[in-house]
Amino acid sequence: MSFDYDKWLRPGKLPHIWCPGCGHGIVMKGLIRALETLQLKKENTAIVSGIGCASRLPGYIDCCTLHTAHGRAAAFATGVKMAKPEMNVILCGGDGDGTAIGGNHFIHACRRNIDMTYIIMNNMIYGMTGGQFSPCTPTGAKASTTPYGNPDPGFDIAKLAIGAGASFVARGTAFHANQIDKLIVEAIQHKGFSVVEILDDCPTTYGRRNKYKSVIEMMNRLKDVAVPVKAAEKMDPEQLKGKILTGVLHKQDKPEYCQEYAKVIERAQGTAR
Amino acid sequence: MAKKVAFLQGNEAAAQGALYAGCKFFAGYPITPSTEVAEVMSAELPKVGGKFIQMEDEIGAMAAIIGASLTGVKTLTSTSGPGLSLKQENIGYACITEVPCVVFNVMRGGPSTGMPTGPSQSDIMSAKWGTHGDHPAICLVPASVQEVFEETVRAFNLAEKYRTPVMVMPDEIVAHMRERIVFPEPGELEVIDRTAPSVTPDKYKPYDTSFGDVPPLAGFGSGYKFHVTGLNKMQDGFPTTKAEVVQAEEERQVRKVEGNAADIMKWEEYQIDDAEIVVVAFGSSSRSARFAVNEARKQGIKAGLFRPITFWPFPEQRLLEISKKVKAFISPEMNLGMCAGIIKGCIEGNAPVLGIFRVDGEPINPGQILDKMKEVK
Ligand SMILES: Cc1ncc(C[n+]2csc(CCOP(=O)(O)OP(=O)(O)O)c2C)c(N)n1
Ligand code: SF4
Ligand SMILES: [Mg+2]
Repeated sequence: MSFDYDKWLRPGKLPHIWCPGCGHGIVMKGLIRALETLQLKKENTAIVSGIGCASRLPGYIDCCTLHTAHGRAAAFATGVKMAKPEMNVILCGGDGDGTAIGGNHFIHACRRNIDMTYIIMNNMIYGMTGGQFSPCTPTGAKASTTPYGNPDPGFDIAKLAIGAGASFVARGTAFHANQIDKLIVEAIQHKGFSVVEILDDCPTTYGRRNKYKSVIEMMNRLKDVAVPVKAAEKMDPEQLKGKILTGVLHKQDKPEYCQEYAKVIERAQGTAR
Repeated sequence: MAKKVAFLQGNEAAAQGALYAGCKFFAGYPITPSTEVAEVMSAELPKVGGKFIQMEDEIGAMAAIIGASLTGVKTLTSTSGPGLSLKQENIGYACITEVPCVVFNVMRGGPSTGMPTGPSQSDIMSAKWGTHGDHPAICLVPASVQEVFEETVRAFNLAEKYRTPVMVMPDEIVAHMRERIVFPEPGELEVIDRTAPSVTPDKYKPYDTSFGDVPPLAGFGSGYKFHVTGLNKMQDGFPTTKAEVVQAEEERQVRKVEGNAADIMKWEEYQIDDAEIVVVAFGSSSRSARFAVNEARKQGIKAGLFRPITFWPFPEQRLLEISKKVKAFISPEMNLGMCAGIIKGCIEGNAPVLGIFRVDGEPINPGQILDKMKEVK
């Protein structure tokens, strides 16, 4: 029997806004499969996003959804989670939203290790506004605001998250669609702040300017650069040049923020043991 | 039984007022001269099972109180000038999404870092126009420690009743001075909670105007699921660009405050009945003004004080009425004439408005006001 996505989609809200060939829809399907696997209660699940094409995702899913301001998803979500720790809180958004304007909220959510899962769709560009470069655009690439090639070096989102204190960090790609839900499931099950970066494509504003003749070419690139962490262990540095590791990159047991705050309450009330 | 009294600072009274109103969540970022609010909340909230979080900046703090409020709890943030500028982005978000919350802003010198420890009254226009776009604004300007407590309680009530952010804005003098405060007993002051939906989750729409201009707000995690967005939205919470829907929703958002101005506005009239000169003053300036009015009366000058306690919506109609029988208004304020401009805008040229404008970090003293009264012909 085929998977029933409709169960999780809001009736009447499709078609979505995404262009043909955009990877965001693949990520949404992965998230839906993860929600189904975990059998999360819709009423008890908040999906929070910022602004951008990727951030439109929550509007399609039949949960408590919060489409906030550009870059601010992590801060809004922190308020939701702190006030109602029993809720499942999932964040999603684009690379620009999360690492430029929202970079500060992102690293502090990592640092607090608050029990939320952040799915960041990295298409290496500001898609929604027409293809300006983001902090994840490769050096030298063309964007609408780098007509002579991008002079900026980019972020490695996973390393940023690990460095900032996130206790679970994984990476997948829109090409490896079947892996996405598995990474998200593991991330949601993990107690603490979990980050799942999905390498994604934007054929409309990135592919076009950077000599990708088709969506297939963009997908093939994702297929080619991705190396599962396990496989990478057996490869030498020369073979790993230009490759990007995928899978669970980091997992650590660490005090979780809401649980730590519960201890603050116990101490304040003099009930701490 | 004797009531509990204390000798408190304005900022401490704000925190106590918030707790009285049932605030259960505070997010903030330290800034002089408002930090004491955060300090008291960090100590008191966990005692009552509430939550305190120090965020990475004011943008995040504002975001966090909106997120928390969406789960059904009453929320507060506190800040001052530069922090208010940062909060403006998400104050607009709270306006359009109609999420109740309270922003306590202590007015210090500006623009920018300005005078961090100096008093000012120059954020009053920011309170109304600081965030972009048309939106409702409620701003309360207490003038004593007791009033900071009471107006903070009222701010929560108005936020909950009208589903909108409410600002409480004492100047630095009111925020930092210490006075005797008599704590109201529980139940003595009215405490309003937002209206919960009366329909089942499957019928619920977060902006359902069949319930009036202020539709009931459900909480995330309470069995209701719905969508919230900062885009212009329809009654079901989903984005729209449909002209007539956007127009109607924008008008309703403003109307729910402007149309209920009589309920929201509050002011004090002191010696106004036969006054020929009316001093319009709020916050600490109104304390000097009251002193000046008393002195003037002793000297045979018929002076009175009109003191807005709600600054937005501004009591335009009442000032227009008063303007018909006075010789002049005096507007002593710690800015370069913001309030004077507003007064001029509502009195249809019936009387001159003389200003005393100080931005040097010094309070306006009664002598200045008395001297100005003597200039009135
Ligand atoms: C404060 C603010 N600044 C700028 C914008 C304009 N803006 C909207 S989406 C966006 C970029 C989104 O890029 P990304 O997060 O990578 O998402 P994508 O569209 O690529 O999925 C920008 C700059 C905005 N909405 N708000
Ligand atoms: S512009 Fe790019 S990111 Fe946005 S929907 Fe189209 S393909 Fe996707
Ligand atoms: Mg992007």
